[in-house]
Amino acid sequence: MDKIYNILIVGVGGQGVILASELLSEAAMASGFDAKKSEVHGMSQRGGVVSSHIRFGKKVFSPLIPENQADAVLAFEAAEGLRWAHQVSDTGLLVINDQQIVPPIAFTKGVEYPEDPIGQAKKQSKRVLAINALEIAHKIGNPKLVNTILIGAISQELPISPEIWEKTMRRLVPRGTEEQNLAGFAEGVKLTREEVTA
Amino acid sequence: MAKTKKLPEIKEPLKMLLSGNEAIALGAREAGIYFGVGYPGTPSTEILETFARIPGIKAQWSPNEKVAFEVGIGAALAGSRTLVTMKHVGVNVAMDPLMTFAYTGTVGGFVFISADDPELHSSQNEQDNRILARFAKIPMLEPSDSSEAHDFMKYAIEISEKFETPLMLRITTRISHAKGIVNLEPWPVPEVTGFKRNPERFVMIPQYARKRHTEVEKRIISMREFSNNSPLNRVEPGTGNIGIVTGGVSYNYVREVMPDAPIFKVGMSNPMPIDSIREFAATVDKLLVVEELEPYYEEQILAAGIACAGKEYFPIEGELNPDIVEAGLIKAGALDGSTSSVHPVGFNVLPRPPVLCSGCPHRPVYQALKKIRADVFGDIGCYTLGALKPLNAMHACICMGASIGMADGVQQVSGSKKPVVAVIGDSTFLHSGITGLLDAVYNQAPMILVILDNRATAMTGGQQHPGTGFTLQGEVAPQVNLFEIVKALGVKRVYDVDSYDLDKTIEILTEASEIKEPTVLITSQPCVLYPEKLPPQPFDVDLDKCNACQVCLHIGCPSISHIDQTTEKGLHLVAIDPDTCTGCSLCDQVCPEDAIFEITHEHAPV
Repeated sequence: MDKIYNILIVGVGGQGVILASELLSEAAMASGFDAKKSEVHGMSQRGGVVSSHIRFGKKVFSPLIPENQADAVLAFEAAEGLRWAHQVSDTGLLVINDQQIVPPIAFTKGVEYPEDPIGQAKKQSKRVLAINALEIAHKIGNPKLVNTILIGAISQELPISPEIWEKTMRRLVPRGTEEQNLAGFAEGVKLTREEVTA
Repeated sequence: MAKTKKLPEIKEPLKMLLSGNEAIALGAREAGIYFGVGYPGTPSTEILETFARIPGIKAQWSPNEKVAFEVGIGAALAGSRTLVTMKHVGVNVAMDPLMTFAYTGTVGGFVFISADDPELHSSQNEQDNRILARFAKIPMLEPSDSSEAHDFMKYAIEISEKFETPLMLRITTRISHAKGIVNLEPWPVPEVTGFKRNPERFVMIPQYARKRHTEVEKRIISMREFSNNSPLNRVEPGTGNIGIVTGGVSYNYVREVMPDAPIFKVGMSNPMPIDSIREFAATVDKLLVVEELEPYYEEQILAAGIACAGKEYFPIEGELNPDIVEAGLIKAGALDGSTSSVHPVGFNVLPRPPVLCSGCPHRPVYQALKKIRADVFGDIGCYTLGALKPLNAMHACICMGASIGMADGVQQVSGSKKPVVAVIGDSTFLHSGITGLLDAVYNQAPMILVILDNRATAMTGGQQHPGTGFTLQGEVAPQVNLFEIVKALGVKRVYDVDSYDLDKTIEILTEASEIKEPTVLITSQPCVLYPEKLPPQPFDVDLDKCNACQVCLHIGCPSISHIDQTTEKGLHLVAIDPDTCTGCSLCDQVCPEDAIFEITHEHAPV
């Protein structure tokens, strides 16, 4: 059967999960693949969990990724990375943004934010890349670049050419931020290279 | 407010990645639909929002689904092809006109969308509305993805006009909010013929309606034949001796895990293509039915005397997904493998329930209601989140508008000593709260109604309504005055409340709870997200004064968190996130140590 690529993007409402998933699915379509993407909005601006499934290949049926079959999981938040670590396939890559968003409920009795979520995730998945995307974004000069940095970090796992990435980003990112976003993407790519050689 | 941005006209075939909702809107335009109407509700909302942006059509929100449906009937009787959109529970509200419109039938093609929400992503129940199409004896289509959602709109209009009947296009959240590639076609010029009188068909008094019922029964028979021959219902041949009947989003899950199985794909599901299914069943040894929620196909197939199995292997609750379908197919013997599927290890790492936004004007109302120890009857909207930890300030919630009736009813029988309070949003009050309040006045229930007027249909994304002063397409509209409505219903005491003033809010609630008749509070602070997100106007914590009492944390504001620094007893001090705090000052008002202060320009860190 022709390979179907599965990417799960997860985070907390307001972090930019939806734009990242747009970028990825549009790039897949522009590469000539059949593509599907599924997420549930509604609670996304109320601090709830947001997850977006992106699948592409010759012909995609299910809009949802079967368990354990994600080629890449991109987590915008540390505990969310741990929550979805089980979705990564045996050869897949888990990219975790080292940012913690603690929900108000975690300050009430009986609920706690997990201790060292990235360390725990590393016990579950073989290939885990933890990056501080916010710090990199600040260095480039725009905290909103977290999106494209993270996308850059998984781009090496996917059969999408640099030209298509660039064209898609130029089309979808807010006008005036194109060069910054391309720089962010390039930083993300660089991080993966380090992961591979490490 | 700026007018909504129009979409570019489609003049030649075009491929786009679209959500099911967007695909339906563009498919509607391609099918010659001129008029769209509805009430917002997840997961249906973006259909009409997208349709409204198409040049050369008319789209509008109604105060509720019943009205939307009736306005749609009028448009269709005037010869316009018409789209009516709502979420599944909205169809309950529209059932009254639907059941009898099925009798009169339509003139212009009439398609209404029922967007169901299996798994209750954002709903109060997960009813399966396919049953309602059968109940109303109207045709129903079930697309499986965006591409079909788009393509089925043309079939829907054709069928609706051929049989002169309203048609239900039933989708689910995974159709609405999933994107797929759609082939778009150029747009025709929509036509509207105007209303032509035909009282025996359109005036449903008993002597005319009896005749129309006969037509309904004739129609269902001819539609059954149509369904059996429709390309919307198709056999996909395959290998193996087990055949599968499936439709909607479930079709994709079956194809995912059994790419080569013989499948009967249902696209037109009322009337069911029973004869075609019977022929398909004869080609296999065993027939399985895979469908989300109710055994809608299964029961009709069994009733026709065709052996099959479905809910024995697949759950009746929640959404299906490839893993659940695979496990069911293994149990049913259609697939080899073990059913001990991997369970999500990390899934319970941390609950992250949705919360009221930083600075939400509903939050202090709940603080005040807790203070007066009220029994609180809630309604449908963002403010329903007040039921969750740490607020725990709502004690019943059923459906749109029910808060008022419930509070009224409690007082009719119990004469509770505690204050009995209904809380309802502005859009929900206009949707179906007015008649409830009329009842409370008429039957003199000693209760308090708090209308949380933030001037937006906030939960679904800030849609316009009759109280916002704008229409769906961004035109200026008359703005209804809630005070005048409430007074006209006969309420004598109506309070204008700034909920950001907690003490004053408590004082007014206390005063209102002494009054032995219905009283109304209307809050005035706008939504922090719509029409525009409020900019940060941060408060800060004086760590020398903070004694880690945690009172501010119990208001459940996402901008307040623990910091590492602790007291001698190991209690964490708190911090306020300056990027998200909107300066509502509630934390400052509840802080017993006066440790929270507004960052003014003089105090701002350099």
